[in-house]
Amino acid sequence: MTALRRTLNLARPDDVYNAIVDAHKGLTDEQCRDFDARLILLLVNHIGDEAVIREALKEAAAK
Amino acid sequence: MSSYEYRHYPYRRPPELDGKGRRRPVAIVGAGMAGPTLALELAARGVPSVVLDEDDTVSIGSRSICQAKHSLEVWDRLGIARRMVDKGITWEQGEVYLGDQAIYRFNLQPEPGHKFPAFVNLQQYYVEEYLYERCLSEPAVEMRFRNKVVGVTPHADHVAVEVETPDGRYTLEAEWLVACDGVRSPVRHMLGLPFEGEVFHDQFLIADIRLLDDLPKERRFWFYPPFHPTNSVLLHRQADNVLRADFQLGRDADAEEETKTENVDRRLRLMFGPEARWEHEWTSVYTFTCRMLQRFVHGRVIFAGDSAHVVSPFGARGGNGAIADVDNLAWKLALVVTGKASEALLDSYCSERRAAACENILNSTRSTDFITPKFPASRAFRDAALTLAPDFPFARALINSGRLSVPTQQPESPLDTPDRDGDWVGGPGPGRAMLDAPVGNGWLIDRLGHDFSLLTFGNDDVGTVPSGATAVPIAGNGLAWQRYDSRPGTTYLIRPDRYVAARWRTYDPAAVSTALDRATGRSHA
Repeated sequence: MTALRRTLNLARPDDVYNAIVDAHKGLTDEQCRDFDARLILLLVNHIGDEAVIREALKEAAAK
Repeated sequence: MSSYEYRHYPYRRPPELDGKGRRRPVAIVGAGMAGPTLALELAARGVPSVVLDEDDTVSIGSRSICQAKHSLEVWDRLGIARRMVDKGITWEQGEVYLGDQAIYRFNLQPEPGHKFPAFVNLQQYYVEEYLYERCLSEPAVEMRFRNKVVGVTPHADHVAVEVETPDGRYTLEAEWLVACDGVRSPVRHMLGLPFEGEVFHDQFLIADIRLLDDLPKERRFWFYPPFHPTNSVLLHRQADNVLRADFQLGRDADAEEETKTENVDRRLRLMFGPEARWEHEWTSVYTFTCRMLQRFVHGRVIFAGDSAHVVSPFGARGGNGAIADVDNLAWKLALVVTGKASEALLDSYCSERRAAACENILNSTRSTDFITPKFPASRAFRDAALTLAPDFPFARALINSGRLSVPTQQPESPLDTPDRDGDWVGGPGPGRAMLDAPVGNGWLIDRLGHDFSLLTFGNDDVGTVPSGATAVPIAGNGLAWQRYDSRPGTTYLIRPDRYVAARWRTYDPAAVSTALDRATGRSHA
């Protein structure tokens, strides 16, 4: 059973995508890594579903 | 350097040197915390033992300092926990700092109604002193100081132990040999058993000092403090106004240089400020490993404590894990030695305590990885959790400066009878440690003996309970009822090591008998 959503779940995908990219603008690689770590922890806790998180980890690693 | 007065315990010429030896039921190698505790637990069950130790005094240096609730409950049954609480420092709260900012405060025992606190900090030498005194007044325990084990020859029904003393060598025969001889275990080496696991390279500096000042009582842990900006520091109070400061030094530190008094003083001066005054108690640089034996029982030789498994110090799982080992072993070995259970019962010591050691190693490795990240992304996530913690409560739960030792679960032990009644919504299930609670004017743990106990709720007259167990009726409707999710008729079978073996909604002597047989290895239902 798939828990991780594979279809679009954003009303304005371009805006969200560019907001993420823009947030990294001007950061060094190290600052990017620190930023991403904070972002991941915030989102992961918000999602709260361990099965979804584990599936996302697996899918991200598979690419 | 230490303010503790080391006394020398008496050596007596062993009778074997004069041809008067006889085979003993149990010989224990090592008079650390585990060995004497095991000897006293065996004595309480009528099994005499000989404890062999190569020197004649207690542990040098503070070493294990955090004595957990579960260990205190074991020592309470041996009559020495009150002394430890009185001498030591009771603490339940801890504080975590990022830089100079307190970001997280925890309470390890937020609910009242337990006889013992989450932790008492007491140096290992005091614990051993109280254990030795108790052993020396116990006729069924023979303490043999300056008796160094130099050879071990296993046989089918006994072990021949070669022992060196100031008066020469002798051979001691024992039906069972328990090696509580520490991380470097000579017995393990003599049997050539591999001790595999993970080696960690980060170095830590321990400075135990007597600070002539007001001391914080709680545990404090700093990430990147102003007085040690590149790494972490742990501060912990012990008895006699002794403080332990534990500085993470990193991989490349020069241990010899770091332990020089002037260098230690320089660090402490930064930490405590220009006015502080202190005296040194003990200084050492340590690294650690996580290792475990494949099996803890090898024929008639049994390993317990650090000789069987070692973990990092984060979480206080070394000494407390060793006490849990011997608490699990004592009642089983006593049943086997007295012919009331077969040797197969000891297989469950191995499976239960190996599972516990795995859990301890997992927890302590996670703490280690949090405190000393091994690669850049690991450090990034660690720092992200620390940075978010002040504003986001969820992130505080991720901060792992040591998940402190609690009794491990034994969920799949063959000794336990799984729940059959399906309506439990709480209480400790089979394989979980029992919970203390106030009962009458005292405590639930005080009502239990060295045998199996049958807690019966609201059922004062259960008549004769199956042999091997003692009934403990719980009247009223107090906190114990809540903690055990109880209704009138609820019955718990508690093992001698205070784990739940089985529980029912109604009292049925036949079911209790079956569960007792299973819990003592007489049958596998």
